[in-house]
Amino acid sequence: MTKQFSTFYLQHLMFGVESQNIQEVLRTVELTEVPLAPKAIAGLMNLRGQIVSALDLRQRLELNDRQKAHPPTGVVIRTVDGLMGLLVDGIGDVMDVDESTFEESPETLAPQMRSVIVGVHKLKGNLMHVLDTSSVCDLKGLQDAKA
Amino acid sequence: MDDLIKEFLVESNENLDRLDTELVKLEGTPDSRELLASIFRTIHSIKGACGFLGFQKLETLTHAGENLLSKLRDGKLVLTPEIGSALLSMVDAIREMLAAINVTEHDGEDARVGLIDQLKKLLEQEPVSVATSRRAMARENCEESKPESKVATPAAAGRTKKTPHVGKLGGTLVEQRRVKPEDVARALEAQEGGDTRPIGAILVGLGVLKSDELAEALRLMEERRSKATSQDSTIRVQVTLLDRLMNLVGELVLARNQVLQYAAQQKDNAFLGTIQQLNLVTSELREGVMKTRMQPISRLFDKVPRVARDVSVGCGKQVHVDTEGKDTELDRTLLEAINAPLTHLVRNAIDHGIETPDSRVRAGKPPEGVVRLRASHEGGQVLIEISDDGAGIDVEKIKSKAVEKGAIGADQAARMSSTEALNLIFLPGVSTAEKVTNVSGRGVGMDVVKTNIEHVGGSVEIQTKLGEGSTFKIKVPLTLAIVPALVVRSVGRRFAIPQMNLVELVRLDAGQSGSGIELVHGAPVYRLRGRLLPLVYLDRELKLREEEPNGQNILVLQVDSRRFGLVVDEVHDTEEIVVKPLGKHLKGIRVYAGATIMGDGQLALILDVPGLAESAGIKTESPDGQTIKASALNTKDTVEKQKLVLFDGANGSRMAIPLNALARLEKLAGSDVERSGNEWVVQYRGQILPLIHLSRVLEVRRDGGLAPNDTPFPPPGSIDVLVIQENGRLFGLIVNTIIDIVEDTTEVRIPATRAGVLYSAVIGERVTEMLDVSGILQAPEQGVVERSKAMAVVPV
Repeated sequence: MTKQFSTFYLQHLMFGVESQNIQEVLRTVELTEVPLAPKAIAGLMNLRGQIVSALDLRQRLELNDRQKAHPPTGVVIRTVDGLMGLLVDGIGDVMDVDESTFEESPETLAPQMRSVIVGVHKLKGNLMHVLDTSSVCDLKGLQDAKA
Repeated sequence: MDDLIKEFLVESNENLDRLDTELVKLEGTPDSRELLASIFRTIHSIKGACGFLGFQKLETLTHAGENLLSKLRDGKLVLTPEIGSALLSMVDAIREMLAAINVTEHDGEDARVGLIDQLKKLLEQEPVSVATSRRAMARENCEESKPESKVATPAAAGRTKKTPHVGKLGGTLVEQRRVKPEDVARALEAQEGGDTRPIGAILVGLGVLKSDELAEALRLMEERRSKATSQDSTIRVQVTLLDRLMNLVGELVLARNQVLQYAAQQKDNAFLGTIQQLNLVTSELREGVMKTRMQPISRLFDKVPRVARDVSVGCGKQVHVDTEGKDTELDRTLLEAINAPLTHLVRNAIDHGIETPDSRVRAGKPPEGVVRLRASHEGGQVLIEISDDGAGIDVEKIKSKAVEKGAIGADQAARMSSTEALNLIFLPGVSTAEKVTNVSGRGVGMDVVKTNIEHVGGSVEIQTKLGEGSTFKIKVPLTLAIVPALVVRSVGRRFAIPQMNLVELVRLDAGQSGSGIELVHGAPVYRLRGRLLPLVYLDRELKLREEEPNGQNILVLQVDSRRFGLVVDEVHDTEEIVVKPLGKHLKGIRVYAGATIMGDGQLALILDVPGLAESAGIKTESPDGQTIKASALNTKDTVEKQKLVLFDGANGSRMAIPLNALARLEKLAGSDVERSGNEWVVQYRGQILPLIHLSRVLEVRRDGGLAPNDTPFPPPGSIDVLVIQENGRLFGLIVNTIIDIVEDTTEVRIPATRAGVLYSAVIGERVTEMLDVSGILQAPEQGVVERSKAMAVVPV
C-alpha cells in the first residue's frame, strides 16, 4: 500500500501531508496581519475572494524565526474547519510512499513537535515527518496573543 | 436520507405553517368552507404520504384529525374553541414528529395516544342544530353532483380531451352550474358541425347562458390560469447554492473593481466600452443575487396569529392581530435573527400589555385588544413596529423594580429620564409583570431580545403611553452580507467600521495634536460640545504601537445609548464592503466582526464596535448595579449631571437647561431657515428640524392665546438654536443668545412663576429659570413636533 504525500521543508526538516488534503500551493503569500491574534497566526490571506488564516509553522513548532530574505511559501490544506494556510520554507516533491517505511515518532522528539507529528517515513537519505493536520491547527493551550 | 422523505418533509412543513394561520383564521370564520377544505386537504395529503412512507404513528394521528375535520367540513360539527385547540395541538404534534423524522427517519416513540383520544372524543360531540346540518347536507349534494355530471356526459368529456381550451370553459360553466352538461355537449356538437363561434357564444346563442355570466366565468378561468402559472414559475433552490452564488458575486464585484482601476490607464475605446458593460452587468447581477436571498417578512408575520392565539387563550384575553407591510423583504439570515425577538415581543404585548376584557371595558376600550405589526423600508433599513393598545408601561414601576433588584441606585432612578428608565426593561432580571406566568414575567427575555437584535446590527426603541399602549420599534439592516462602512487607518493598517455605529467624525487640528484631549484620573476624554466623551485609542487597544497612543481623528461611535470616541490616524472613504467571516482561531477576538476585501485586493479587518467598547472597558450597562469605577464613564456622568447651558430665553430672561437634555447647540444662518406653512424649519442632518420660538411659547402661556408670529422672515443674521432630542425626535428651540455653560452648584430654588419653567434658582450669582423641556412640548406649537415625526429630506 502506498500513499501519496506532498512534501515541504522547515529549516532542514522534511514534512509531508497527504496530497488529498492539499488544496494548493502558493509561491508568494500576501498577508494581512491581525492584531491581538494568537502568535502562530501570521495573518489573513486572500485566496481568490475567500479569506483564509495563515498559520506560521515555524512559530507553531517553536523553531527559529524565519529570515526576512527568505519569504515563506504557502500550503493551503483542507481541514474540518475549512481551508487553512500553512507557511513553510519551501516546497519539496510529491512522492508515493510505501506504508512499510512508516514508524511512530521517536520518544526523544521535542514535545511541541511530538504533538503534531503522526510519525515518520524512512526514505532514502531522509526522514519525512507526517504532519497531523488537525492537531497542528489546534492552538488551544499555546500561549496567547502577541505581546 | 431518501429523497422522497426529504421532499415530504419540506412540503409538509410548508403546509403546516399555512395550517396554523388557517386554523386561527377559521376560528374567526367557522363557516368558511374554503378554509376547511384547504385544511382538510393538507392533513389528508400528509396522511396519505405517511401511509406510503410507513410512518404509522403519524398516520394514526392525522387520521384522527382528518375524521374530525371531515365532520367539520360536512357541517356535522361546529368549531368550538376546544376543537380549535385540539387541532392546533395536533399541528404541533405533527411538527414534532416531522422534526423527529428529519433526524432519525422514524416518527418517534410517542404515539400521542392522549391527543388522539381527545380528537376522537370531540368527534362524538352532539350533532349541531338541524339548520346547519341541512345546509351542510345541501353542500354535500352539490359536491356529489359534480362528479356525477361528468360521468353523465361522456360525450362532452370525450371532446374535452380533444379541444382542451374550449372544454375548460364548458367545464367551468358546468361546475358553476350556469349551464347543464347536456348544453355544453350540444354546443360542442354544433362546433364540430361547422359552427366557428367560440363555445361561450354558442351557449349564449342557445339561450342557456347570459352574457354577463359568460364574462364572469371567463374572468374566473383567467384567474385560475394565472394562479397556476405563478406556481409553475417558482422552483426550490438549496440555500447553500444561493450562499455560494452570493460569494461568487462578491468575488466578481472585487474583480470588477480591480479591472476598473486598471482600465483607468487604458486608452482603447472598445476595451473601455466592454469594461463599462462588465461594470453594469456586474452591478445588476449583484442586485439580482441579493434579491434571491430576500424573503418577505410575511414568513414571520404569518406565524404571529397562532402565537397570539395561544398566549391570549392562556391568559384569558381577547386579542386581534393586525399586520401591515407583509411583503417587506429582507435577507433571510436577518429574518431568522429577528424571529425569536419578534415572537417574544408579541407574547409580551399580549401578556403584559393587553388587559383582560373586563378591565379593558372598564377603561372604555373595546374588550378585544389589538396587536399591530408593521414592517416598512426606511432608508436602507427595515423598520418593524410591534404595538399594542394595552395598558402601556409604567415608568415609575420599572424604576422601583430596578432599584429593588439593585440594578440602579435610588438617586440614579430619580434623575432618569423616562426614555432612560424605559430602557431598563432590557436589563436582565427586571420585569414589570406582577406575577410570573408560563408566558413571561421572569425578567429574562427582553435582554435577549435586545442582544439578538443588536447582534445583527439592529436597534430597539420603546414608546409607551400609560393606559394607551406601547410600541416597540425594531430597526435592522436590509442585509448583512454587504454593509456600508468607513475605512480608517491606524499605524499603517486599514480597518473598516460599520457605518451603523458611527455618529460623527471630529478632526483634531494637525498643528496642535492632542489638544482638546484631557485626562480624568488617567482616562482620556474629549470635550465635545461641552460633554465629555471617553476616548479609546485604536492603536492602544490593538497593541499596534510601542510608543504613546496617537491619532488625529476621533470617530464618535455609539453603542446602546453610550457614546465613545475612537482615535485613529487617518479617515478614508466610506465603502460598501462584503463581510466575510474569520476563521475559528480568530473568532474569539471580540474586537473583530469579520474581514473584507478592498477594491485593491488587500484585506481589511472589520471592527466590532460593541466588542471594542467592551474590551476597552466602556460598559454599556451595569446589570449588577456596580457603577463602573476605573472607566471615564462614571466621571462623565457626574460631570454631565451638573452642567447647565445658560441662555437668554426671550426678552432678557436668563434661563438654563441641563446640558444632557441637548443634542447640540447650533448657530444657524437666517437664510437657511425655510417656511413650512406657518412654521419655521431648517434642513438638518437629513431631517427637517422644526424650529420653535421660545419667546412665542412663553408668551402664549402668559396671555392664553397664541402670540402672532411677527418675527421677520427670514430672520436677519444668524440665530442661536438649542437642538433638543425628545422621544427620539429632534427639534430646535430658538433663543436670543446662548450665554455660557456652567456647573450647577446651588441648592437655592423657588417654585416656578410661569408655565414652561420648572423652577427658579440662583445660578452664577443670578436668578435663572430652569426651562421645562417637556412642558414646552405641551405648548400649542407642539403640533410642529408631532407632525415632524417621520419626515426626512429625500437625499438628492
